[in-house]
Amino acid sequence: MLTRRALLKSGACALAAVAAPPRFLARAASAAEARRRVIVAVFQRGAVDGLSMVVPYGDRDYAATRASIAIRPPNGADVDGAHDLDGFFALHPALAPLMPLWRTRALAVVHACGSPDRTRSHFDAQDYMESGTPGVKSTTDGWLARAIGTRPAPSSPFRAVALGPTLPRILRGDAGAISLASLDRFDVRASSDAAVARKGFESLYEQSVQDLLHGTGRETFEAVRMLKSANAAQLTPANNAQYPRSRLGESLRQIAQLIRADVGLEIAFTDAGGWDTHVGQGAEQGQLANRLRDFGASLAAFAQDLGDRMGDVVVLTMSEFGRTVAENGNRGTDHGHATAMLLLGGGVRGGKVYGRWPGLAREQLYEGRDLAVTTDFRALFAEVAGRQLGVRRPATLFPGWTGAAPLGVMV
Amino acid sequence: MRRRVAALVLAALYLGLAGDIAPALGADSVMPSDEAAIVHALSRLGSGPRPGDVERVRAMGLAAWIERQMDPGRLDDRATDQALAALPTLTMSIDELQTRYPRPKAREKAADPQMTPRALYDRPQPGNRPVRIIAEMQAARMVRAIESERQLEEVMVDFWFNHFNVHAAKGEVKWYVTAYERDVIRPNALGRFGDLLRGTATHPAMLFYLDNWLSTRPDFTVRFGPNRGKRAGLNENYARELMELHTLGVDGGYTQQDVTEVARAFTGWTIDRPREAARFIFRPATHDRGDKTILGTRLPAGGGLDDGERVLAMLLHHPSTARFIATKLARRFVADDPPPALVDRVAATFRATEGDIRAMLRTIVTSSEFWAPDARHAKIKKPSEYVASAVRAVGGHVDARAGFALARSAAEMGEGLYGAQPPTGYPDRAEAWVNAGVLLARMNFALALTQRRLPGVTLDLSPLAVDRAAPEATLARVLASLLHGEPSAQTRSVLTAQLGDPEIRRQTADDRGPADTDVEKLAALVIGSPEFQRR
Repeated sequence: MLTRRALLKSGACALAAVAAPPRFLARAASAAEARRRVIVAVFQRGAVDGLSMVVPYGDRDYAATRASIAIRPPNGADVDGAHDLDGFFALHPALAPLMPLWRTRALAVVHACGSPDRTRSHFDAQDYMESGTPGVKSTTDGWLARAIGTRPAPSSPFRAVALGPTLPRILRGDAGAISLASLDRFDVRASSDAAVARKGFESLYEQSVQDLLHGTGRETFEAVRMLKSANAAQLTPANNAQYPRSRLGESLRQIAQLIRADVGLEIAFTDAGGWDTHVGQGAEQGQLANRLRDFGASLAAFAQDLGDRMGDVVVLTMSEFGRTVAENGNRGTDHGHATAMLLLGGGVRGGKVYGRWPGLAREQLYEGRDLAVTTDFRALFAEVAGRQLGVRRPATLFPGWTGAAPLGVMV
Repeated sequence: MRRRVAALVLAALYLGLAGDIAPALGADSVMPSDEAAIVHALSRLGSGPRPGDVERVRAMGLAAWIERQMDPGRLDDRATDQALAALPTLTMSIDELQTRYPRPKAREKAADPQMTPRALYDRPQPGNRPVRIIAEMQAARMVRAIESERQLEEVMVDFWFNHFNVHAAKGEVKWYVTAYERDVIRPNALGRFGDLLRGTATHPAMLFYLDNWLSTRPDFTVRFGPNRGKRAGLNENYARELMELHTLGVDGGYTQQDVTEVARAFTGWTIDRPREAARFIFRPATHDRGDKTILGTRLPAGGGLDDGERVLAMLLHHPSTARFIATKLARRFVADDPPPALVDRVAATFRATEGDIRAMLRTIVTSSEFWAPDARHAKIKKPSEYVASAVRAVGGHVDARAGFALARSAAEMGEGLYGAQPPTGYPDRAEAWVNAGVLLARMNFALALTQRRLPGVTLDLSPLAVDRAAPEATLARVLASLLHGEPSAQTRSVLTAQLGDPEIRRQTADDRGPADTDVEKLAALVIGSPEFQRR
């Protein structure tokens, strides 16, 4: 069926045809015909304390070793308290903006999720979660790049985008992923003759040399042209969505712009730091609560902004590991093992906490100190890639892994 | 030919030769006149050549130039010091910084309890806000990279700061970071690794950044002060990063048990008067006096301060440390994936000299790997290197004000100086710095630089415009001066085609003729070109 938007786009193509239409216009039109399904991955760098984010208040061992940082169990009368999910788990009080999404079953939680590798190094654990190969450092590309690589053309320069100054490991590879910090500033800017300068730089990078610089340069200018024509940066948030003025809020706002501008986005990535709460983590209020407040408000604004388009989108949050079950000597937590991950969007069977709960009694802990992993992160990621992008044998995105039964978290 | 030249450099360096070697060598005539080798050295051991640098180094002899760089204290750098005089925080003590750049939040909040966090954040910023301290550090880093005669020292300060990274914006670190770089990193940047290791372990900046100042024996209860009665305990943050990032490397052969035991050894290493003079102090009361076993070695009970000292000594002498540091140095100076044989030799030098940094650098600059043709241009400049090399290439000079602007430029390209939040610091590999958004930021910087939109940067492009009537000659001059005659054929032809563009040959505002070449734009294109991203 030809939508009005596609008709307009093809009209524009016809007009431009006289002067040999640039590829990007044709691409934009084809993108509009088939609304893409999108994965938005959000990495909580620094290892979020899953036990404070999604509180297992029903576990009788939860509060015992967390004298100053345990979250109070939900209580109907306590409006500032935790938000009950299912009688056993509750969301941190600062994640209140996500509760409407839980109630409409657009939000799911996978708890006790993590890596089979035992490392407690931020760097290595992030690397493994992004390469998709726990314990193997020689993997050169990221699993989201491999996922996009299984999808058929036509491709768009905005197929896979990371918001931020650097291209993260998870999108490195042959997928042609790009990163940018700001849609507004994504162009050549000069005091005069910007167009001439753009043309000059473009020809310099157009050379047929196959290296990182030239390849990136070519993709960059294709993206600049497409972004100009789609006018994505001018779209203001819809449905009165209010994004926090944080880095995460800004990133998600711009990802929503790219989705609504139909530039062919299939994978978006962004990250948020500040989760490494070794000292003074806080409980209902405090350091971690402040980070979670930004996190929850940003995700909720994103869902509100996209409205019906959230039906095509799944937001997947991840963090390299969790934190010690017991608080440390400084009212904080040290590096641990399993954590909780969130899924948000149309294709999610929400309103449920997934994963087998391993328990918090001392003998149930990993190495006597951490929440054990009962869901390999690869099982979750494979299910999301399989259902959302239609990757046929998603286990193959994770070399060296034979796969696992699906959690059923995706429709 | 290149190989022979390299061998001569090598021989000269092996013969000798710290100190005042130029006369002693008497070998200036056999030093390389090879421009490519000189450009390589200037780009790897410094922030790249300025106009005239190649000739100066050639006249002096490459080996002599390198040896002078190894002994920065003997190089007159008064011009740089003069430029830095406009940045008063650089010479202040921690105590003075805390007094002059007080915590505004506490003060203003006390005056107006109604202020929301947002309002606090948005309020006008007086000149004595503590962020000023970080901004001056950033400006100084850029000014030094561009102006200092002590080019290698600047490279090594950057390298070691990044190796022993602290995030300046974390809590109290902003009042400590000036002293951290000035008193620990800089004096030892070409000294001994062990001094850096111990200096960082005992500096308030590191103690605070990786939380060791709060780590105590597990059963410790605070006995007086505002936290009286509160229990403290072990914090393993520093212990882990000390082994993973500062010494052994993540695969260096330690376990979680070692992390916990090292953390116990460092209990009591804390900060005295953190909000005043902030000095290292060992507090026996918070120290875990029990015996410990670290990397298979037993530390008997009651070691006290000596526990931590022994751990540092063990790590300094561990072969994994030699290998880890050798790998990082070779990655910085030779290639993202450095040749294993070179890493072996640098590691051997580390072991033979207990981590003498000059000796390791000599192993590198006297290696055939360093001078090999495939090592040339093998590294992508990181943002601060790109910015500094661009200003230098066009003969630019900067004052402190320019330092602020240039630090902002580097931040837009992804490298906020002193702003790496994780303890890993910034990566030293091409993939981290090349992607769409920041590549545009680099091109835009090239335009802003040549169009003189960067406050405090002075440059004179007129020497490049040799012959107004002959744009091709100008292009040749621009290429020779900025790329040292090494553009790809494609770049040359693209730029030649640009010369035919009427916009490039436009009539300019002053009385230059219509055939005048727009040197600014040509220079911008060259600085934004793929070739100029490499060193």
